[in-house]
Amino acid sequence: MPVVSTPTTLKHSVGAIDNTEVLRIRNDFPILNREVNGHPLVYLDSGATSQNPLSVIEAEQEYYEQRNAAVHRGAHSLAVEATDVYEAARETVSGFIGARTNELVWTSNATEAINLITYAFSNATAGRGGEEAEPFVLKQGDEIVVTEMEHHANLIPWQELAFRTGATLTYLPVDDDGALQLEHANTVITPQTKILAFTHASNVLGTINPVETLVTMAREVGAFVVLDACQSVPHLPVDVKALDVDFAVFSGHKMLAPTGIGALYGKAELLNAMPPFLTGGSMITTVTMEHAAYLPSPTRFEAGTQRISQAVALAAAVNYLQETGMDRIHAWEVELGQRLVTGLEQIDGIRVLGPGAGSERIGLAAFDVDGVHAHDVGQFLDDKGIAVRVGHHCAQPLHRRLGLIATTRASTYLYSTTDDVDAFLEAVAGVRPFFGVK
Amino acid sequence: MSSELQQLYQQIILEHAKLRHGAGLAETPEGDKVGESHMLNPTCGDEITLRAAVHADGQERTLSSISWDGQGCSISMASASVLSDMALSMERDELMKLVDQFREVMRSRGSLEADEEILGDAAAFSGVSKYPARVKCAMLAWVALEEALLAANSRIQK
Repeated sequence: MPVVSTPTTLKHSVGAIDNTEVLRIRNDFPILNREVNGHPLVYLDSGATSQNPLSVIEAEQEYYEQRNAAVHRGAHSLAVEATDVYEAARETVSGFIGARTNELVWTSNATEAINLITYAFSNATAGRGGEEAEPFVLKQGDEIVVTEMEHHANLIPWQELAFRTGATLTYLPVDDDGALQLEHANTVITPQTKILAFTHASNVLGTINPVETLVTMAREVGAFVVLDACQSVPHLPVDVKALDVDFAVFSGHKMLAPTGIGALYGKAELLNAMPPFLTGGSMITTVTMEHAAYLPSPTRFEAGTQRISQAVALAAAVNYLQETGMDRIHAWEVELGQRLVTGLEQIDGIRVLGPGAGSERIGLAAFDVDGVHAHDVGQFLDDKGIAVRVGHHCAQPLHRRLGLIATTRASTYLYSTTDDVDAFLEAVAGVRPFFGVK
Repeated sequence: MSSELQQLYQQIILEHAKLRHGAGLAETPEGDKVGESHMLNPTCGDEITLRAAVHADGQERTLSSISWDGQGCSISMASASVLSDMALSMERDELMKLVDQFREVMRSRGSLEADEEILGDAAAFSGVSKYPARVKCAMLAWVALEEALLAANSRIQK
């Protein structure tokens, strides 16, 4: 097993996370020490991508320095060690979300994971996978349901699947405040619904969707449930078995790991019945010039040489998160989220998207500044070393629904301090005066 | 406030971002050759539709009308406003040269000094060149004008 430095944060400090603990956590993240434009970096863009602790960076480096080899093939020692750490990583990450190891497929990111699901349906519809794959066959009249708040990654692959199969794409609308209009769910989720895909936590609104209610509705009509867990798995305790979803996806780079690694969770019986998406080496049993037979999940979906160092690094990231405690991380971010919204609501000309102060939200807030374009807001903040996201956050339909084109988003993580939030709020208060908007 | 940011958002830019000269697509003079272009910056959603017309009566080389409709950041809106002021009545070739010079300064990453003699009010955008992510904002209307003129021109030759 790799020898890597353990995080300097103490194992499960008792009680809630506070600024003192966060300052200790920050020591593990080299990038947070740098200056930007003459100011200490205030990184509030973790919803887009998170920063990496030393233990993650070292895990990847240690892999390349000590163990690098192709996995699942070759009899030499390095290949065995590489395979061991690769599969140990799967055990760590699947355990983190309450799944079994054969239910966690590595992908490049959540986007690829959703595409994998859609192409499995597509391939089944094209007649691949035989009898076992029949539940995944879509036909004219079948419906795929998403929500109006989806990230493009959980919308466009379904649009394309509908185009390819003749199924119809419909959606659960949101109201003027961005809340899911559940009262319409019964007319949208119908006996024709074959797939219900929705986000666990909104990357724009900060809301947590009622998974249990939606899963119950999907079960009543026999639809598969696909959960976009990109903003939940990194930030709060998630147990896919307790949620009872059929599939869930998330990205490593949003949870302290490097880019290039993500995961698909699927119930084992479903994954083993699905035709593969990417095909080629490593995912087969017997190959002739005419045909190939495929391995069971997860290898079934992992064609070609895999992202080994990234998987190892993602496991190191999960270890880091678990040592701090997901419930504690969630509680801290909820506090920061409330501080963000409360502060923003006190600034003239600011409209916060999603629930107001006092209502449930995760540790992020997107907002519009009346009279100043989001791009200009972001530029002004960057000048003070404050990194935020500007634009439509890959959710154009949601922005259009709320009457906006682009907004600014501040998003926190376990290494964010109340000082970060306060520096951000003070800077936002200076935006409209600077641009001469009254 | 850094001096770079002050350079980026010069007063003249902030004013033009509000004034938006040329905003609102205008009817073009009867018989003139009209070209239109729609430009979109997908990363931020900035958008502009620019309409330009050249005289039909023997002065094909002069702009008779320029107007635009769009939404976006202060840099893209101010740039469209300044361009509208400058472009009207300019000779087509002269205008194309101006667009090229503006582009050259924008892409210089701060290494080229903008010549006010040539660029006029557009020289105020020289601070943008130090912010590579914003160059597209400043160029949006200018590229739209190039395309619109090409479209108008292709009609002349028909």
